[in-house]
Amino acid sequence: MGLGFDIAHMLAGLMVLASLLLLYQDRLTALINVLRLHGLILALAVAWQAHIQSAPELFVSAAIALLVKALVIPGALDRIVERLGIHRSVETVGGIGLTMFAGMALVALSLRVMLPVTAGADPVSRQDIALALSVVLIGLLVMVTRRNALGQVAGFLSLENGIDLAAAGARGMPLVVELSVAFSVLIAFIVIGIFLFRIRERFDTVDLAALEAFRGERR
Amino acid sequence: MIALAAVLGVPLAAAFLLSFIAGYRLSARINGLASFVSFAGSLLFLVHRPAPGALFLVDDLNIVFIVLNCFVGFTTSLFSAGYIGHELESGKLTPASLRFYYAMYQLMLFCMSLALIAANIGLMWVAVELATLSTVMMVGIYRTHEAIEAAWKYFILGSVGIALALFGTILVYLAAHPVIGEGAQGMLWTALLAHAWKFDPALLDTAFVFLLLGYGTKIGLVPMHAWLPDAHAEGPTPISAVLSGLLLNVALYALLRFKILLAACPGAIAPGPLMIALGLASTLLAALMLYRRRDIKRLFAYSSIEQMGIIVFSFGVAGPLGNLAGLLQMTMHSLTKSAIFFSVGHVAQVKGTQRMAEMGGLTESHPLLGWTLVAGVIAIAGLPPFGLFTSEFLVVSSSFSRAPLLTAILVLGLLLSFGALLLRLGKIAFGPVRGETAPVRASSAPIFAHLALVLTAGLWLPPPLVAWFRHAASLLG
Repeated sequence: MGLGFDIAHMLAGLMVLASLLLLYQDRLTALINVLRLHGLILALAVAWQAHIQSAPELFVSAAIALLVKALVIPGALDRIVERLGIHRSVETVGGIGLTMFAGMALVALSLRVMLPVTAGADPVSRQDIALALSVVLIGLLVMVTRRNALGQVAGFLSLENGIDLAAAGARGMPLVVELSVAFSVLIAFIVIGIFLFRIRERFDTVDLAALEAFRGERR
Repeated sequence: MIALAAVLGVPLAAAFLLSFIAGYRLSARINGLASFVSFAGSLLFLVHRPAPGALFLVDDLNIVFIVLNCFVGFTTSLFSAGYIGHELESGKLTPASLRFYYAMYQLMLFCMSLALIAANIGLMWVAVELATLSTVMMVGIYRTHEAIEAAWKYFILGSVGIALALFGTILVYLAAHPVIGEGAQGMLWTALLAHAWKFDPALLDTAFVFLLLGYGTKIGLVPMHAWLPDAHAEGPTPISAVLSGLLLNVALYALLRFKILLAACPGAIAPGPLMIALGLASTLLAALMLYRRRDIKRLFAYSSIEQMGIIVFSFGVAGPLGNLAGLLQMTMHSLTKSAIFFSVGHVAQVKGTQRMAEMGGLTESHPLLGWTLVAGVIAIAGLPPFGLFTSEFLVVSSSFSRAPLLTAILVLGLLLSFGALLLRLGKIAFGPVRGETAPVRASSAPIFAHLALVLTAGLWLPPPLVAWFRHAASLLG
């Protein structure tokens, strides 16, 4: 059993690592590639959970994660970047040192918060939930530090991956729920795609600074 | 069964049907008819309730929300028929986006009803998420710079909020897991509530923080409220009415459910103080923000934040009277605020702008719109003889005995917003006529229906209604 736990923790840890990688990517194509890696690790982590929990329905979740989060969405993002003609653009992320430091602080925070309160829970879920919370929080940090709409989307998708990890770690979570969550992520992504094109159409850029000029009552 | 089919099945089928119909008159009629059938179906719940199942649950608490949801959904569909007709004539909407509008409208009603009826916390989450996404699309429907900015902001903030709520939902499942075991049972309301006393309190506390932040974003609580004014101001006015009147309530309902769960677990923190703090912050900040508004729809959006603050405060203070006051305040606010948005929608169409500086003397140029707006603002400001006076009086008197100091702060917020609203109303409704004075074809029936209900509630609350609300309030602990 020990090895099974260790591999589950290693995969969850790798997701946190991939989230930290997301934090300092300053090229959109690189950002999407890291997101692809993030989705791939998620699929592996969920598949491994399916194996050690001997829950065959989780393999379905893993397959969905692989298909949607590692293949379809990053692929679609690549095409959006291509069609919007922003594949060369470099976006500023702010001070990398400071952002990374904040990211590490978030990991520490989530371990500090989640480990004590889950003392009574299943040991595998316990670590998984704690690491999943770090992925969620780093996802938020990615969204905050980005000036570009696509950067925010990448942060949001990594945040969703973190929640998926938490759901897979919770033993026996009904499959219906996971399926509908995956479905709604897909719908959300379609909405994102539509709006990215509309933003581009109206503002000639997906830099959010351009949107902010139109905010509120500054007209 | 028939009632369930009417409340959930009809909007879903209508959404599908409406996405194929291009004719404006026909789709407006189908939209109104489908909403009416849902409303009639929700009334059937009063007589006969389906047995609690694995997916759906109708009990004394959510039935209040469901009937209110379907009623406002129905009246708004009547209002939107006239409103959208005008938008078509003025070219702000194209026939293609019209088809989209009606399909999305029904889909949105379906999602909100589903969120209210769902017996499973996972299903409820999915319904709230889909309701959010459908309203995002509606807010961005005009495709102007401002509308896209507002929709994007709403999408990002709403999605993050909803994601945090999902994390909280998973934590609740995790807390239930050692007690209830694996599978869908661990997400079923009835099962969760029955076993809540055995849950790990620390885990439940953490879950509630996430749920409060997550669903609180959708309620529009300060400091997660930033999406709300933009989304109200830039979308079509029927959507502003539905957002304020219904969607905020749906999120509030979700929060209340988890509050009940926490109350059933002896070791868990009391959710009251957290809700009181957020409620007071929302009331005060929104009241202050009212003074600096120049856009009429933004003004009433901030007033919604203020009202949700009062409601969350009241549920936070709790006790039988506090909960009753909260429920009553919520019902009155939904009815009044949507009536105000109906009037405001027509006013903005006549004037061709939402800037309050370009409106004036409405009672003179458009007596019907002007006076209904006056009545609505008087009601929302909490003046007699309207129902919000009764409910705000209840909120203040029930909380005063429990927390006098906090109630004083709340009253300060109430007075501040009262001043701001009356100040604005004076300039818009009275004084010299400003802006366009062309006559307007207003759909006045929904406005009158809402205002009449609010007025009746202010003058005389029927005993059966009070008994009903009291019972619902008693479930809230």
